[in-house]
Amino acid sequence: MIVDKDVVKDIAALALLEITPEIAEEYITSMSQILTLVEQMQSINTDGVEPMSNPLDGIQKLRLDQVTEGDQRVYFQENAPSTSEGFYLVPRVIE
Amino acid sequence: MSLHEKSIAEIVAALDSKKFSCRELVSHHLDRITEANGYLNAYITVDREKALTQADAMDKARASGNAPILAGIPIAHKDIFCTKDIKTSAGSRMLDNFIAPYDATIVSKLKAAGTISLGKTNMDEFAMGSSNENSYYGPVTNPWRKDYIPGGSSGGSAAAVAARLCVAATGTDTGGSIRQPAAMCGITGIKPTYGRISRWGMIAYASSLDQAGPLTRSAEDAAILLEVMSGFDPKDSTSLNRQVPLFTQSLNNSLKGLKIGFCKEHFGKGLSSDIENAIDIAIKQFESAGASIQEIELPSSKFAIPAYYVIAPAEASANLSRYDGVRFGHRCENPVDLADMYRRSRSEGFGKEVKQRIMVGSFALSAGYYDAYYRKAQQIRRLIKNDFLAAFESVDLIIGPTTPSTAFKIGEKSDDQIEMYLQDIYTITSNLAGLPAASIPIGFSKGLPIGLQIIGNYYDEASILNLAHQYQQETNWHKMSPTAFSLEGIQPSIKP
Amino acid sequence: MSRSDWQVDIGLELHVQLLTNSKIFSGASTQFGASPNSQACAVDLGLPGVLPVVNEAVYEKAVTFGLGIGAIINKRSVFDRKNYFYPDSPKGYQITQLNYPIVEGGKIEISLKKGKTKIVNVTRAHLEEDAGKSIHDQFHGQTGIDLNRAGTPLLEIVSEPEMKSSEEAVAYAKYMHQLVTYLGVSDGEMSQGSLRCDANVSVRRLDDETLGIRTETKNLNSFRFLERAIEFEIDRQITALESGESIQQETRLYDSIRDETRPMRSKETATDYRYFPEPDLLPVEIDDEYIDIIRKQMPELTEHKSERFMVEYDLNNADAKLLASDTALADYFEEVTGISGDSKLSANWIRVELMARLNRDSISIKGSPIPATETGYLISLIKNQSISGKIAKTVFEALWQGESSAQKYIEDNNLTQVSDSKELEPLIDSILANNPKQVEQYRAGKTKLMGFFVGQIMKETKGKANPQQVNELLNQKLNL
Ligand SMILES: [Mg+2]
Ligand SMILES: [Zn+2]
Repeated sequence: MIVDKDVVKDIAALALLEITPEIAEEYITSMSQILTLVEQMQSINTDGVEPMSNPLDGIQKLRLDQVTEGDQRVYFQENAPSTSEGFYLVPRVIE
Repeated sequence: MSLHEKSIAEIVAALDSKKFSCRELVSHHLDRITEANGYLNAYITVDREKALTQADAMDKARASGNAPILAGIPIAHKDIFCTKDIKTSAGSRMLDNFIAPYDATIVSKLKAAGTISLGKTNMDEFAMGSSNENSYYGPVTNPWRKDYIPGGSSGGSAAAVAARLCVAATGTDTGGSIRQPAAMCGITGIKPTYGRISRWGMIAYASSLDQAGPLTRSAEDAAILLEVMSGFDPKDSTSLNRQVPLFTQSLNNSLKGLKIGFCKEHFGKGLSSDIENAIDIAIKQFESAGASIQEIELPSSKFAIPAYYVIAPAEASANLSRYDGVRFGHRCENPVDLADMYRRSRSEGFGKEVKQRIMVGSFALSAGYYDAYYRKAQQIRRLIKNDFLAAFESVDLIIGPTTPSTAFKIGEKSDDQIEMYLQDIYTITSNLAGLPAASIPIGFSKGLPIGLQIIGNYYDEASILNLAHQYQQETNWHKMSPTAFSLEGIQPSIKP
Repeated sequence: MSRSDWQVDIGLELHVQLLTNSKIFSGASTQFGASPNSQACAVDLGLPGVLPVVNEAVYEKAVTFGLGIGAIINKRSVFDRKNYFYPDSPKGYQITQLNYPIVEGGKIEISLKKGKTKIVNVTRAHLEEDAGKSIHDQFHGQTGIDLNRAGTPLLEIVSEPEMKSSEEAVAYAKYMHQLVTYLGVSDGEMSQGSLRCDANVSVRRLDDETLGIRTETKNLNSFRFLERAIEFEIDRQITALESGESIQQETRLYDSIRDETRPMRSKETATDYRYFPEPDLLPVEIDDEYIDIIRKQMPELTEHKSERFMVEYDLNNADAKLLASDTALADYFEEVTGISGDSKLSANWIRVELMARLNRDSISIKGSPIPATETGYLISLIKNQSISGKIAKTVFEALWQGESSAQKYIEDNNLTQVSDSKELEPLIDSILANNPKQVEQYRAGKTKLMGFFVGQIMKETKGKANPQQVNELLNQKLNL
């Protein structure tokens, strides 16, 4: 799999990463390398094999519907870059 | 014997008989850190005051007779485990300012058992790496040789244990990140069955592969810590809801009748001959202890690396989306708008390898590629699991090399991505299958440690630890200590 | 523009907030109206190292809903991650169910004008988490993010694109609103966002066999906005197509002030959601036993109930439907019937006497001043002829006015019906004796005079005489 500039640009847009032209070149090389490695998968037949998301094929255990978490806003927001009146602030979102 | 060469059991006995106090023990290790960390860079954060306060508390508890079982044992946590009130960086600039508002479950469990955390250890950023060169805080040096990597991603933990800067440390293993640095630093490390240890508070890399475990100097120490760390956690619904075996109780079982398998494909091409020779010697040791050795086949294993480099980046690409500079973590200066804030915060906060894996993972999940990449990888994963299930029909344990080579020089493989990825060729299969696996030291090559990997069946960490402990009863490799950091200086040698 | 040249196809996605104490994946409260971020715990904030755990109540609610619309309940359902960046989506992905939703299929019958009805098929209903809220106008040049709502459990109900007008769409949404409220699946508080609607609207020429290109108008939180947005979209799309333009498949927002829809700018690039199974959650498996337990706990559905009322209580269709239409009313009726022993008389009394008063004074059945026990007792007195229907009405009005006990009121006012012939006979004899002329005329064939005699007796007894008993005695005495 050879990755080109457009693929790198599209994927970077999806992943919200900034890609300068020099970095784009690096990514073209490294992603092509990795995806070529990954392509080896295609040489094994997996028809009819159930995909495995969890190694133990486990089943979810459900939680009781109880309120266990109280208000820790002040504490949590100590980590926040920008807050006001209890809100997290981000640059203006235009809808 | 100096304070920092003792096993956990020896320390507990010494503390019980008041040979030294918790404070003495802890400050001794803190002094060693002060002396060596500038060189090793094994710790990102050391909290001296807190450790000493806790040591005093444990001395008090001991005096009053109600001390928990591991009261006073100095340990270190990989900086991927959230710790209340101390920075948790995951080796990333993104979290350089992050103070977790909670302890990871294993941090609480180890605290409750009386262990004292000396600090947080260095690691590859978000656990992505096999050499510890991908840390925002700089590479870690292998205690056995200057300018060599310690392995990764739990490189700081492995180096700290090997250099006796703590008694034991926690680590995480997504594709080999406990076992590979354990092998390269000459210590014991075990990744238990997926789900054995809660992932709550452990910063996610690839959720379906990540598993925590202890890095220790011996199998016995590992068994002690694993007992404490394991168990169902209602906060992690993927954690195993079953009784935790008493791993320490089966360490002395006889190896008579034990069936050990090895996979021929693990030997030969790509494996250093010193490692192969060391494994041959270990095998003879197992046989003389009454175990039998047979060949097994794991035909799908050769697709493990390709499958891993789809699944892990795919899960990572989503796991790392929460780092957006809104609620915590790095935010860029003066963003012009929201999109700019997202892009620059993420691009500045993440290092190169992390961004690369996010890109690969996003690609593998993107429209039109999902089936050929992600789904295919998940199918291969099942084939790998099925291979192991078939093998465990005829053997109890599977052994082989942990790594294809011993530690290499810092920077040596930086230009060759794929070569670096192949470091995990032997370890990745047990993550994909969710099986327990350990690495123990079995010799040296040119002064650098060699690791043996032992893979067990599901839930059967006990057999792994039993084999490892029996081996360590007969050999001294695990007692070797890198000279630069040992006052007595046991000189490494290649003979057991 | 001529609407008659076009047909309209509408599919709805309803986001129903499930009525739970805690969030779908965390133990934070779902209470409405808390101060910003005071109910956003570490899991809701997507802090590093946190993990979701599924709330069992969301499964109970989803299965209840599925049974309520006769859908297939999937024994195995799987959560997936839907990846997209938005400041009110803290993890950068939403946990939802893509390929294995909990509910599939099912249908409902909606009522339209002129007594018409229509079946609308449901495609699926899946569980997911809600996002937070963005406040755009409170901070200069900045947007405030409140994550209290993040992680609130939602059931997304997706219909087939089978509705042909805004009337049908609104009828569908209203029915679903009633149903989820009735079943206790949601509190149905639309003003608090408990039910939000996305409308997929497309138009095509009458002879076109395939659906046109659709637009999705998001987050319509009232029936009126739903109707207005659909109407606007229909007109806009027809106008565009008739003037030779094409329709963009896009997401739109409804502006209630300008009464128009417009494309959402913030998500203008077609998003690739990169769905994959949520590795932090395992598949949920439920069995028949679990489904049965929920089925037994469920309130009886309106349709089932009205059918049962017809069979069990021999009610006519209209009475059965009316009484079954509201749980509290149906319960009232069943209690009254249980006491009175006469279902038809009870239905009649509730409809004519009780409901007329409730409607007149705008009181709900739950607020009725007359408890079912009193109504039932009163009707039992009519049934065993202790009082006449007329007196019963008097007593009922007294109860309505605040009298607490029918029995006491009847006793205090000496209203019990006289059925004893020993008491009535002398009275009848004296009336016959005092009216010889009428007796003679009656016996000569003027049988209409029976009413005159009955009236006289009723007058004497102030209406308490049992009319049937009086009739019998008069017959005996007059037809000698
Ligand atoms: Mg929708
Ligand atoms: Zn939705």
